[in-house]
Amino acid sequence: MGAEPALSGSRRAPFGWAPGPSPHNQGGERAGRALALNFVMTHSESKSSLAIPGHAPAEATPSCWSCGTMRAVHFCTSCGKVQPPVPVDYFTFFGFPRKLNLDTAALEKEFYALSRKLHPDMFGQSDARERSWSLEQSSMLNDAYRTLKDPIKRTQYLLRLEGVELEEQSKQATEKARATGELKKQVVPPDLLEEVFELNMHLEELRMQKRMGEDDPALLEEIGKAKLALEEKYDVLFNELKTEWNNWDKSEDSGTADGTEADRRKIVDSMVDVLNRRNYIRNLLRDVNEAMEN
Amino acid sequence: MRQWKIRSEVEGSDAEVKTKPTQLSPLPFRPPTSAIFDQMATDYIVGIDLGTTNSLVAYMQGDSPVVIPGEDGLNLVPSVVALDEKNQVLVGNAARRYLIETPERAVYSIKRLMGRGVEDIQDELKLFPFQLADDLQPGEVLRIKIGERTYTPPEISALVLRQLKRNAERFFGASVTQAVITVPAYFNDAQRQATKDAGRIAGLNVLRLVNEPTAASLAYGLDKKKHGIVVVYDLGGGTFDISILKLHDGIFEVIATNGDTHLGGDDIDNLLIAIALDDIRGDLGLDFRRDARHSGEAVQRIRQAVIEAKIALSSQPTAKLDVDLPGGKKYQREITLEVFEQMVQPIIERTVGPCKQALKDAGLKPEQIDDLVLVGGSTRIPKVRRLVQDLFGRVPHTDLNPDEVVALGAAVQANILGGGSEITQDMLLLDVTPLSLGIEVAGGVTDKIILRNSTVPASATQYYTTQVDGQTNVAIHVLQGERELARDCRSLARFDLKGVPPMVAGMPRIEVKFLIDANGILRVSAREQRSGKEAEIDVQPSYGLTDEQVENMLLESFDFAAEDFRQRQVIEARREADTILTALAKAKKNQAWPELTSEERRSVETLAKALLAVKDSDDYHAIREGIDALNQATMHLAELMMDTAVSTALKGKAMDDIDIEEGPQAGHPVAKADFE
Repeated sequence: MGAEPALSGSRRAPFGWAPGPSPHNQGGERAGRALALNFVMTHSESKSSLAIPGHAPAEATPSCWSCGTMRAVHFCTSCGKVQPPVPVDYFTFFGFPRKLNLDTAALEKEFYALSRKLHPDMFGQSDARERSWSLEQSSMLNDAYRTLKDPIKRTQYLLRLEGVELEEQSKQATEKARATGELKKQVVPPDLLEEVFELNMHLEELRMQKRMGEDDPALLEEIGKAKLALEEKYDVLFNELKTEWNNWDKSEDSGTADGTEADRRKIVDSMVDVLNRRNYIRNLLRDVNEAMEN
Repeated sequence: MRQWKIRSEVEGSDAEVKTKPTQLSPLPFRPPTSAIFDQMATDYIVGIDLGTTNSLVAYMQGDSPVVIPGEDGLNLVPSVVALDEKNQVLVGNAARRYLIETPERAVYSIKRLMGRGVEDIQDELKLFPFQLADDLQPGEVLRIKIGERTYTPPEISALVLRQLKRNAERFFGASVTQAVITVPAYFNDAQRQATKDAGRIAGLNVLRLVNEPTAASLAYGLDKKKHGIVVVYDLGGGTFDISILKLHDGIFEVIATNGDTHLGGDDIDNLLIAIALDDIRGDLGLDFRRDARHSGEAVQRIRQAVIEAKIALSSQPTAKLDVDLPGGKKYQREITLEVFEQMVQPIIERTVGPCKQALKDAGLKPEQIDDLVLVGGSTRIPKVRRLVQDLFGRVPHTDLNPDEVVALGAAVQANILGGGSEITQDMLLLDVTPLSLGIEVAGGVTDKIILRNSTVPASATQYYTTQVDGQTNVAIHVLQGERELARDCRSLARFDLKGVPPMVAGMPRIEVKFLIDANGILRVSAREQRSGKEAEIDVQPSYGLTDEQVENMLLESFDFAAEDFRQRQVIEARREADTILTALAKAKKNQAWPELTSEERRSVETLAKALLAVKDSDDYHAIREGIDALNQATMHLAELMMDTAVSTALKGKAMDDIDIEEGPQAGHPVAKADFE
């Protein structure tokens, strides 16, 4: 509806971190994404209806309902009125580029600034329509902040935006396993195979001893050592993830260079792999802690 | 049920405006509602601390919140409700003596039963003299017997709220219909809903439920220079909360909260009562636990005595119990502080777990805490102070009155919601949901979709489909709690998505949106995505009242004496007169005023003076007539002002966005519409 707003640097929201003047000329499929302005973009491609909160094709008009001028995703940059929610992804909501290295101090500052504009407390005396919009907008703000400030949740969210359905896969697997009465099998990362086997033996032994009321300091020491090694691996994996973040962000910057799409796939796959391994270790550590505490 | 739909339009407080009981509003006139007059409305929004033991009402007087005293001059209204011989309701100090004289006609600590079912109050029934209604049906909302009548917990709370409302109305000389009410941070959805229902039953539009520790931090941090991490430890009469907040430039951000909604001074009293009853049986051979005829009275006398002793032990090394028992015997005993502290240690110790969990959830170490604030009467106990001090390695702030700070904070929040003032304009509260929200999935497992300590409002979207061809209903079970299994969590509601278009199994894609609002109350909406059809949600709340039940309970409908009613009419008319006179005073500065003929102006002035003269009388009809006459006379002025307003508003606005008035009173901002 209405004329397509021209998106230019001068149109950027006065807050937030619109990326520096965008040199690249996004074409086709990626149009409108790397231009992370928090304006509504009617031409943003619709990746069908992914089951991702806050991500769906934008359909709404870019005009403010109240003053009719250019509006932002959440409130009108001209008259300041809260706007009906439009489905945008969390990065766009904050006016951030879809990058994984994120200045969390800046994110917090922006979260506070937007809270002051969108929180239902600010609409105590407004009409029902604006109150309802403020409720939905501020829930979106809070959901977005919660997701983006946590490095792992942020990565998972981006992967889902990229079409990786992490959670749904695991949920399906879990339900299938329940239906068939099998325990869900987790693939042990090959480099851990030996360690995990040994650790599980030790844990079984420990549980048995605890049931019998026995105490074996040597065993505890053994498990403690294994735990430390796992924790180290856990940290290493986080660093690996950060390397992939850098690769991802670089590819976001380089825009339409040749072979980008294949490269991006590769980065996405690496991140999924790192997260899976990290997840595995986290579960293992949880088992260790449970066995030691009980 | 209400609250469960977020269709795009009206929800929340607007829908509740209608709670203004129709019986009470025979007046055809509604105060002007145009934008011009809304700015002038001097509606008081009060802050209410609805406590287990005591309740208070406060409001913002200029820059500082103050408690409004009752007719007896006291700030605290005991949360006690009694029926006298004529079945007249008594609340507060007036009701207290019935606790001893006719215990079966009085009830206290009703907050413990809010939002709960029969099956989860068995412990309470052992410790408190609550008498359940004899004809209670399974699945029905609890009803408590007071004398020959029965009341639900929200109704009993509503009686306390109405008393506070009346105290405020007496204080202001105007009616009060809007309030912020505090709840324990750890209250679940059902307990919050029950509190909101109580407000509605009392004739209050509950603008917001605020968590008690958070409210306390608002009062504490009114001085905007405060920054850093603040811990609020709130041990009251019946509930315990711990909240950790980050204060930053007027933003009060709750990072983590935890607690126990059934832990407080009540538990200390009950323990001391149990010890005394054992003593009495041992020493005097009297077993009041088996003496049904005297047990109520005996227990209440002992209760009064142990409470006094408990309080005394906060400032003295020993206290005496001296109780006249029914039957003439006396029970006397001295308690030393040392013995007292040993006895209450296990109760106080129960606050440690939640404190540690909250710190862990916040990702903080005790050293990182900047300030420690104590709230609730039970924090006066020296042992409690020492425990908190050791736990957090900080000397707690004790300069705030722990009984009043929550109500004062509620008044601050009321001020913020009313549009704010200079001192509150930069203040904003960001609170969290204390408990995770989940959905039951295959195998009776809870699938958490909104985690505890998420900032509210918060939402989660789930997708459902059908399992059988042509299936048109999908059942969903909503849970609240931290446990893995559904049966260990609190059941909030079961609901059926109805009207799913018949399709092949697995084809429909039903999007269900769960949203926790700023009150911590859940709302649910659903849409079938392939057809775009809004699915109908049929909710069976696991606990709680339905809309119709609440409407039928509106207190005034059955319990409003004729005298009250007349007074109320006068108060409302007076308030209306004030609104109009204020509006007129402002209108006279408008450019439309000189456009009137001098005759019109003179007539308006005369009628305004006449209204001013009668408005403080008790003559309802005279005030009413004065208002109507002035309304008529200002009709033309209002029209002129409207023209001005419209032309101003039009600059920069599209025509259809100008929302001059909705409803039947459109067209004239001062006078009522012609039809009634």
